[in-house]
Amino acid sequence: MSTVPSPETIEPPRTGGFRMPEAAIAWLQAAPLALILGFFFLLPILTILIVSFWDYDFAGLYPDFMTLNYVETLGSWVTWKTYLNTLKYTAMVWGLTLVIGFWVAYFLAFHVRTTTMQMVLFLVCTVPFLTSNIIRMISWIPVLGRNGLVNSTLVDMGVIPAPIEWLLYSDFAVVLAMVHLNTLFMVTPIFNTLMRIDKSLIEAARDAGATSWQILWNVIIPLAKPGMAIGSIFVVTLVMADFSTVQVMSGGQSASVALMMKNQMSLLQYPAAAANAVVLLIIVLLMVAAILRVVDIRKEL
Amino acid sequence: MTEETKATKTKAGLSRRTLLKTGAAATGAVIGSGLITGFPTIWAQNPITLRQFGTGVSNINAIAEKCKADLGITLEMTATDSDAAAQRAVTQPDSYDVADIEYWILKKVFPAGVIQPMDIKKLKYYDKIVPLFKTGKLTPDSVIAQGTAPHTVGFVEAPGEKTFAKGETQYFTMVPTIYNADTLGIRPDLVGREISSWADIMDPAFKGKTSILNIPSIGIMDAAMICEAMGIIKYADKGNMTTAEIDTTIDFLIKAKQDGQFRAFWKSFDESVNLMASGEVVIQSMWSPAVAAVRSKGIACKYQPLKEGYRSWGGGLGLASHLTGAQLDAAYEYINWYTSGWVGGYLNRQGYYSAAMDTAKEFMSADEWGYWIEGKPAAGDIMSPEGKVMEKAGAVRDGGSFTERMGKVACWNSVMDEDRYMVRRWNEFIAA
Repeated sequence: MSTVPSPETIEPPRTGGFRMPEAAIAWLQAAPLALILGFFFLLPILTILIVSFWDYDFAGLYPDFMTLNYVETLGSWVTWKTYLNTLKYTAMVWGLTLVIGFWVAYFLAFHVRTTTMQMVLFLVCTVPFLTSNIIRMISWIPVLGRNGLVNSTLVDMGVIPAPIEWLLYSDFAVVLAMVHLNTLFMVTPIFNTLMRIDKSLIEAARDAGATSWQILWNVIIPLAKPGMAIGSIFVVTLVMADFSTVQVMSGGQSASVALMMKNQMSLLQYPAAAANAVVLLIIVLLMVAAILRVVDIRKEL
Repeated sequence: MTEETKATKTKAGLSRRTLLKTGAAATGAVIGSGLITGFPTIWAQNPITLRQFGTGVSNINAIAEKCKADLGITLEMTATDSDAAAQRAVTQPDSYDVADIEYWILKKVFPAGVIQPMDIKKLKYYDKIVPLFKTGKLTPDSVIAQGTAPHTVGFVEAPGEKTFAKGETQYFTMVPTIYNADTLGIRPDLVGREISSWADIMDPAFKGKTSILNIPSIGIMDAAMICEAMGIIKYADKGNMTTAEIDTTIDFLIKAKQDGQFRAFWKSFDESVNLMASGEVVIQSMWSPAVAAVRSKGIACKYQPLKEGYRSWGGGLGLASHLTGAQLDAAYEYINWYTSGWVGGYLNRQGYYSAAMDTAKEFMSADEWGYWIEGKPAAGDIMSPEGKVMEKAGAVRDGGSFTERMGKVACWNSVMDEDRYMVRRWNEFIAA
């Protein structure tokens, strides 16, 4: 995250031996990261950008410069509806993971006394991540299905007369699985910032007569903002780009932007998918910029 | 990018062909590109490996093993879904030697010049291939079904042609391998009434308990069968709809979806099995092995014949354009072995149909032949090729005999002229 030049580079060069010019050393130090980002990040994005202006048909791609892909993408109600749907999922999942994530992190940081226990419990949080993403998602299906665990238990207990249909293959199922998959991305950075809060600040607030709620609202939450912002960036970008959860948990009945792209790619419509990817990239970048505008991560870390 | 590479390749191939005019004329069937890596007429590459990819028989390892044992040819098989197969066939023509694709995919990919037609003189069992793939008629008085019927894309006038011939010629684009007649699968224990028509899937009684498959080119055909059965529309050709017909069909689907008629849409075989086995749906589009898979869990499932007829599909083996010399000879040998009976018997016993029925018969017991092909009650237990009991003695195949099932094909899986428009509208249906 940090882009502040490290002080080492400005140190006076040692005497004796071969000395490289300072500028060269700086370039050399920046080179590995620049190369990696250049090859594996900038270059692919550039390719996507270029391909998004190409023409295509079933048999291949034709280098061209036409805006038809964007016109078709932005001019179709399907795109708008899909974006709205994706944004809806993002907002719901973001809200839920933020509340749950903060709650868990708060408990870990302030209610668990010993550092050992804190670490143990934190590791417990990561245990589900030892299995694959897909497995964790699919395991919801036998739980939520029409004849699944929840429904059969409730029906047997006589709580409900007939199985609840909207538990699976619905927006509910999608959001549930996404919250399940993404909450830890919120817990980790928030826990990290909470651990760095100077305990004497809380004592001071208490000495000054603040109630627990006031401490939480006026001291802890403002100080936890950078963690929340980082967690939010993770969750928002992950949910905006999700396709497997939406497809599996909605039973193919709902669409997300990435799913739309995947469909286009499987039908060889790469330029259309590329145009979609560029639009999605811009939107996600705007969302991240908005988050960073609210919380200045660099200043507060 | 792909296009560029392909263009240069073809050019190189052409210039080489002009250079070696006599050689090229001798090999005859060779078209397009292909690197010549030595002396093609000598069986220099030993052991021979053929890379096969696709949707159908590429899923069956037993065939590769038997092929290795019988011919010494190593088959490297890669299985993909239909979309990916179509994609790979066109974009990576050098990555495979044998394409195992469906006929509607062939219609899409053949014009790209990636498949070379076969000379029927080199096909030992060409005469044994059922007439369905040559004339479109199973028996002389059958009606030719709508859609991409295999015989319409089965022949070209000469090697190198990009358009299909009207009738039977010397050049066969693909040797049919595996085909079947698809219909709706039902849970007889849960539907609670007779199912006899494609329209029954839209019965309000099954609201939220139905599913259709989300593969546009196949799903649209199921949808067309449903719409026509309900009397909503009468298609000129279901396999090649006009934009107006596509609109009517998709609008109907969107309305049904918004009314909550569907529980889910499935994309893969196991999704359809799970939907049915768990009772999430009671009636849905299904493939025959999926029905068998549900039944093997001890759950009642029927592949219900419907009065409007079946939606059929068929796949075959096509030779990649780059094959020459020893590799090409090996590919012909493989295909001749393929149609010689063992594989046919294997496929018939899986519930598919083999293209050369006469040769397959020799590799099946009389009881198996009776059950799978003639629609007779099984005398003993019917075993799957893997040796699992599929049906108990006395069972009769859903839909009956080969001629009864394949004789009632209403349409074939297809690719339409308005394909792009259809796919766009289909995506709207999924997003709606």
